[in-house]
Amino acid sequence: MLNFIIRRIAQIPLVMLALSLLLFVIIFQLTPAQRAAGYIRSEQQAAQLDNIIRQRGLDQPFPIQYGKWLSSTVQGDLGFSRTSSKPVFDTMKERLPSTIELSLYAGIPIVLLGIWLGTLSALNKDRFVDQFLRVFAVLGTSLPSFVLGIVLLKFLYGSLGWLPGPGQVDVLNQFAVLDPTFKHYTGMLSVDAMLNGRWAVAGDVLRHLIMPVLTLVIIFSANILKVMRAQMLETLTSDYVRTARAKGLGNKAVNLKHARRNALLPIVTLTGFTAINLLAGAIITETIFAYPGVGQWVGSAAQNLDVPAVMGFALLSAIIVVVISTLTDLFYGVVDPRVRFD
Amino acid sequence: MTTTLPTSTPEQTPGRFKSFFSSRPVVKLRRNKLAVAGLIMTFVFLMVAVFAPFIAAPSQAAGGNCLRDLGITQTSQIYNPAGGAFWKVLLTAPDSCYHTERESFSPIPTPPGGGAYFGTSQGYDIFYGMIWGTRVMMKLGLVIVAITLFTGIVVGAVSGYYGGWLDNLIQRFIDVMLSLPSLVLTIVLLTVLGPSISSIILAFCLTGWTQYARIVRGDILRTRNLEFVDAARSLGARDFRLIFKHVLPNSVASVLTIAILDLGTIPLSIAALSFLGIGLPVGYTDWGQFMSFARAWMDNQYWYVTVLPAAFIILFSLGWNLFGDAVRDAFDPRTR
Repeated sequence: MLNFIIRRIAQIPLVMLALSLLLFVIIFQLTPAQRAAGYIRSEQQAAQLDNIIRQRGLDQPFPIQYGKWLSSTVQGDLGFSRTSSKPVFDTMKERLPSTIELSLYAGIPIVLLGIWLGTLSALNKDRFVDQFLRVFAVLGTSLPSFVLGIVLLKFLYGSLGWLPGPGQVDVLNQFAVLDPTFKHYTGMLSVDAMLNGRWAVAGDVLRHLIMPVLTLVIIFSANILKVMRAQMLETLTSDYVRTARAKGLGNKAVNLKHARRNALLPIVTLTGFTAINLLAGAIITETIFAYPGVGQWVGSAAQNLDVPAVMGFALLSAIIVVVISTLTDLFYGVVDPRVRFD
Repeated sequence: MTTTLPTSTPEQTPGRFKSFFSSRPVVKLRRNKLAVAGLIMTFVFLMVAVFAPFIAAPSQAAGGNCLRDLGITQTSQIYNPAGGAFWKVLLTAPDSCYHTERESFSPIPTPPGGGAYFGTSQGYDIFYGMIWGTRVMMKLGLVIVAITLFTGIVVGAVSGYYGGWLDNLIQRFIDVMLSLPSLVLTIVLLTVLGPSISSIILAFCLTGWTQYARIVRGDILRTRNLEFVDAARSLGARDFRLIFKHVLPNSVASVLTIAILDLGTIPLSIAALSFLGIGLPVGYTDWGQFMSFARAWMDNQYWYVTVLPAAFIILFSLGWNLFGDAVRDAFDPRTR
């Protein structure tokens, strides 16, 4: 087991290196001046463009440039984002907790709901519940997030006024958040508000989170539902389930212990995928709901052709992808012994 | 429900079309009511794309540039098949026709009525934008799928057939490409390439071929060890003939079903990029922009700026997904 873990973790630097090379090849297509512009912080510095090119070796051959870029990137020097008027690294550090907050609030219901509804659908195959859930699954997977988000916003906020509009908190609570006495422990606003004992603020933040979370849950849980249903149907017809039934085991024990537990295996991979796609999808969801996470920033950065910001986000995604896929693999190793001895 | 299987007598071999129509997956598809509904919806959108110029004809007031480039002065001249404009707008519509008709420069929406059947949003005619947008989206989808499918099949075939270090190299490269979410990679490419229609096509082509190559390779690995390939080889067939005549035709079924699904998802991805403001330029006919305009007008009286474009996009997506899912299920050997 230890051997498997070490082998898997040893792959991380290799994959990261390959990903960074891919991204560097893409931005290498820009001229040295264009790339140097990504390090400029003020108008005064713009005059020293040639200095920056020389200093950072942007006119050197490819391997040397890649080496220099890699070493500065590892040190957290990702350039300066025009969109946020801050260094890329600081912007990401500031905004990432909000994105993680949204992903957690959405991710947990996505997985649980997907598994539960998928099981329900498979156990009631071709009955009304199943038909209904299958329609939900098709609708959920075919709704584009930017359409669903806007439609929800239109009805729940615009027409009915049940939920607050775009943003993370109301204006009045915004002042409370910006107050120096308000301590930012985690960067996740709903958690911080609770830790500060500001329950009104926390409630407001949570109310603002309902719509983005709902959008993500409808879209992503439909996908898990589909896979879970298919897996359940497969395990329900397998030999060991029939054997268990033949031995007189109760329906519930067979369905939940024998069939579902084995159907859950592929869901682990899918959960990993979902986590990665929640991050990529954050670009759209956060833009719709004006939620101040990394996604919203990258959305507007891409519009401004803010190359360092977009590159920084791509590197961040690369790290998250590598971490999540490693975790998924390790989890498989724990659950499924066959994987360990591959 | 009564479904009669077409009877085929052993004496006569059915024609190619007939044998396709009565093949197992197609019969399964025909029995699936949702799939048929999806197919009809998809077909309607396809027709909308092809005949967009006649459904949302450029008006005299706002579509002047388009009419000028077609060499006509009256909108009604478009409908005359004997005139040159009919065929020109159908086959090679000038670029000016792909610019959404702008009724006014006031951002305040105006309700449906008059020339604008869906109303206007940001001064742009929603109906014109959606109808011609369908044409743009489908065209881009077709071009991108054609290029990526071709590249994917060639790379996948080479990788799977020859194996060895070449296969290893290609597969590791694909691993890296596929590990980043495609939206992230597309956005990186678009910021580097700069926003334009050709960079959208290029970005989607650069990111899209990998999944096809992966699938084709897998299928080729299975097919190339089958007996009939050995038989052909022992008869002296060359590599080229073996790949393109024997192995490949028997390995592309699954990749084609994915390609059909992608014809529906690529337009939506492009629309999502336009929504973010990094897709097609503002004023070009496309779907995402209208959803982006709609964000500013949440009040009930402006229902049409949200509801109509949203319904249009959702119907397209739903139709394509119903049909595409059914195709995938029908051709999936496990579900037989």
